[in-house]
Amino acid sequence: MRVGVFICHCGNNIAGTIDVAKVAEETRKIPGVAYATTYMYTCSEPGQNEIKEAITREGLDRVVVAACSPRMHELTFRRTVEKAGLNRYFFEMANIREHISWIGENKDLNTVKATEAVRMAVAKVIQNKPLYSTSFKVNKRVLVIGGGVAGMQAALDCADGGLEVLLVEKSPSVGGMMARLDKTFPTIDCSICILGPKMVDVAQHDKITLHAYSEIDEIKGYVGNYQIKIRKKATYVDWSKCTGCGTCMEKCPSKNAYDAFNYGVAPTRAINIPFPQAIPKKAKIDPNFCRQFVKGKCGVCAKICPTKAIDYEMQDEIITEDIGAIIVATGYSLIDMDKLPEYGGGRYPNVISGVQYERLLNASGPTSGHIERPSDHVEPKTIVFVSCAGSRDKSIGIPYCSNFCCMYIAKQAILTKDHIPDSQSYVFYMDIRSPGKGYDEFTRRAQEEYGAKYVRGRVSRIYPKGKKMVVRGADTLLGTQVEVEADLVVLGTAVVSTPDAAHMAEKLHISYDTFGFYVESHPKLRPVETNTSGVFLAGACQGPKDIPASVSQGSAAASKVQALFSKDMLESDPAVARVNMNTCVGCLKCVKTCPFGAIKEKELRDGTVKAEVIETVCAGCGVCTATCPCGAIQLQHFTDNQLLAEVNAICQK
Amino acid sequence: MIETAYGYYAGCSLEGTASEYDTSLKVVLKVLGVDFREPDDWSCCGSTPAHTVDHVFAAALAARNLAIVEKTGLKTLITPCPSCMTAFKKAQHGMTKSDTFKQEVNELLDEPYECGVFAKSALQVIYEDVGLEAIAVKVTHALPDLKVAPYYGCILNRPPEIAQFDDPENPVSMDKVLTAAGVEVCDFAFKMECCGAAFGVPKRDMVNQLTYKVLSMAVDAGANCIAVACPLCHQNLDLRQGQVNSLMGSSFDIPVLYFSQIMGLAYGYSPEALAMDKVIVSAERFVRTRITTEEARENKEKEARAKSPKSKTTGTKEETKSEEIE
Repeated sequence: MRVGVFICHCGNNIAGTIDVAKVAEETRKIPGVAYATTYMYTCSEPGQNEIKEAITREGLDRVVVAACSPRMHELTFRRTVEKAGLNRYFFEMANIREHISWIGENKDLNTVKATEAVRMAVAKVIQNKPLYSTSFKVNKRVLVIGGGVAGMQAALDCADGGLEVLLVEKSPSVGGMMARLDKTFPTIDCSICILGPKMVDVAQHDKITLHAYSEIDEIKGYVGNYQIKIRKKATYVDWSKCTGCGTCMEKCPSKNAYDAFNYGVAPTRAINIPFPQAIPKKAKIDPNFCRQFVKGKCGVCAKICPTKAIDYEMQDEIITEDIGAIIVATGYSLIDMDKLPEYGGGRYPNVISGVQYERLLNASGPTSGHIERPSDHVEPKTIVFVSCAGSRDKSIGIPYCSNFCCMYIAKQAILTKDHIPDSQSYVFYMDIRSPGKGYDEFTRRAQEEYGAKYVRGRVSRIYPKGKKMVVRGADTLLGTQVEVEADLVVLGTAVVSTPDAAHMAEKLHISYDTFGFYVESHPKLRPVETNTSGVFLAGACQGPKDIPASVSQGSAAASKVQALFSKDMLESDPAVARVNMNTCVGCLKCVKTCPFGAIKEKELRDGTVKAEVIETVCAGCGVCTATCPCGAIQLQHFTDNQLLAEVNAICQK
Repeated sequence: MIETAYGYYAGCSLEGTASEYDTSLKVVLKVLGVDFREPDDWSCCGSTPAHTVDHVFAAALAARNLAIVEKTGLKTLITPCPSCMTAFKKAQHGMTKSDTFKQEVNELLDEPYECGVFAKSALQVIYEDVGLEAIAVKVTHALPDLKVAPYYGCILNRPPEIAQFDDPENPVSMDKVLTAAGVEVCDFAFKMECCGAAFGVPKRDMVNQLTYKVLSMAVDAGANCIAVACPLCHQNLDLRQGQVNSLMGSSFDIPVLYFSQIMGLAYGYSPEALAMDKVIVSAERFVRTRITTEEARENKEKEARAKSPKSKTTGTKEETKSEEIE
């Protein structure tokens, strides 16, 4: 056995707090080590060449690189050793950067610890076995979860590239948050006018199957071969018959249903089409408000429907589909106002959220685009906008910036002046964050051309005084307290993850952060990938994002899927569990514990029962290895012997 | 749930300017079946001056009292004055969180404090331990003319990590306690607005301006009485009401009562038993119009009959009809 060890300086990242030459010197004393050296940047091209040359020159058959985390460069070096003719699993990485040099300050102790880490890696690499991946077929259908602008962009780009797309949207229409907006910054384009055509394209594209008002119930399988269950929620209207004429909505006697599309700005009917441009433009019954469901009698819509589409007996329907990749574009939610008691906590009708104001501005909104105060329908003259309502507030657990509120508040201030020329807008802000193209100019326009008064400071309290709302805050530039008597207060409420974000992440086996936003594979270099291969991210489910960023990410995710599907066969990871048929007693405990359903029962010809691993489904988590009472099931590349060799290596003294 | 016995730390205010709070609260606690004992040899809680000078010293002043209570085996200390309560809770918080701080404090004490006593405001004990149902059961009298603006002041439930009680921005405990006692409560936006606190001495005008806002908001909210749970708030709103009127040119005549006094009235106690004569703006008018709950019920029924002259049967018929039309 001839092991070569390459110790990386990583500039000063490692060499600054570890004596790498000393580590190399100590390493040379380890039995089995034939060669040890240090290099400035081992991952660089000359660094990799050095490894390849040393393999031939020194006749090495095993390689250890002591450098950064294997999550960073394990694949890089596996390819390097493979190019030099070794099996790629004859390679081990010792993480002496993230685990040692970055976290410890004492150079002497770090050096000892780094040597130990190398000793472990050497012990393991000696035990390593050659592994070979097998290839499997890819199902080239893609599932897009979420029909907002990011999801639609991803679906259209995939479909235009020739892929078959399933688009699953939770609400009755695609369009997401963007469909609710009146205009978009910084161009004041009409939002639905630019989004509408995309929504129509989604509906008409022959490669896209749209499942609106549907949710993902179950996801099984692995990259290239997923089986999913889609729950088509009962709409109580047969959509194959519904023409979207809207007669039912006109005649429905239940007039106080909650309007989710308009964020409750005004009530809607129990049977409704969410908005005029809805895709699909189909009616749906809300059983919480429908009299047929609540009181057991009514039936007006069933009587009036010209196509007899109403079906009060409708049940949820589950459909099963096979797909190969998933783009997650589930979007975001806004913080509940009851989390903001200092701003009224939702108790005052004239304190509304930015998206509610958007619906008041919108020509197809409940007020036909006429701005009015919710309490008495009077046109407001003094409007106060509060940015960072919840954002950047550690006390309620939202330390982050919500990204686009500064911009939409500037837009709303401009639109307010357009709608009501004799109005005066005030904007309370912490900082104006407008780093996009044309963004800063836009916020200046709101102030300079549209006369919005920007007050730098936070609002401490909003309280009613007669018919007005008093907004009290600090003007930190003047160093004084400010009170504005407003007719209407608009809160730039914080962006939060969707309520079921964590649940969805668990179904997808992807990670999410403290706030429920999905975690990308690398914050800079792999922004749309997740750590689960075959699952990609687009839009605000990954973090607060404005429209251009969401669209870019949608396209990026689509291009990643295209790249994945450019091959007909994918290679499987051979680091999976394997059963030793001689020692397996067929207790099948592993079948029960496997979280991925990757182990099945197998009957041998002599009638004995054994466990068998479905290699492509196994995720290599190792739970079965811990469960097996006789050590018969072993995770390849992480076998008991390999791990014990590591333990023995550091427990010598 | 009510504990078998509580400690009761009156503090200096309740022995002096706020004796009516002490008197009325003891009456109410007895009615509600709360057993409380005053510790012997209690001393100053530290209040505001101590912690502006030295945190360890401030905590030691508070902890001395807590240690006395701890020795008697009691777990909860009813602390009617929010200033005392904050001093106790801060000491408790600091000493539980940091062992070094605890050691520093205990070095100043004859008897070490082991952090086993939790100070609670009288309002918290009544709201959480006694509970709204038990409060309502004891009500014997109604106060039909009374409309109360509940005023919590700044520190009864803040800062949240220290106070650990009710909502720091929109507290509701006093609202609910008074409602349970059968009293009409207004939606009052300035529940925790600053009363000026102890600045009445160095900056009287400022305090008068601040209390002017509170008083105005209470009147705007339709209240004819303000309920408080803090001696300092009471002083600024009640004692200084005349000052406010002369400085701001207003003519407020709005009684400011401790919530315990209002509860005592609902429990049928005489104004003397509740030390009503100690407040500056007289609340005589509410006592005069006080009636028993039976009388109140009869009055309501009379009113209801006067409003709908039609007999009951037609009324129900109409209701069913309108429902069908719906």
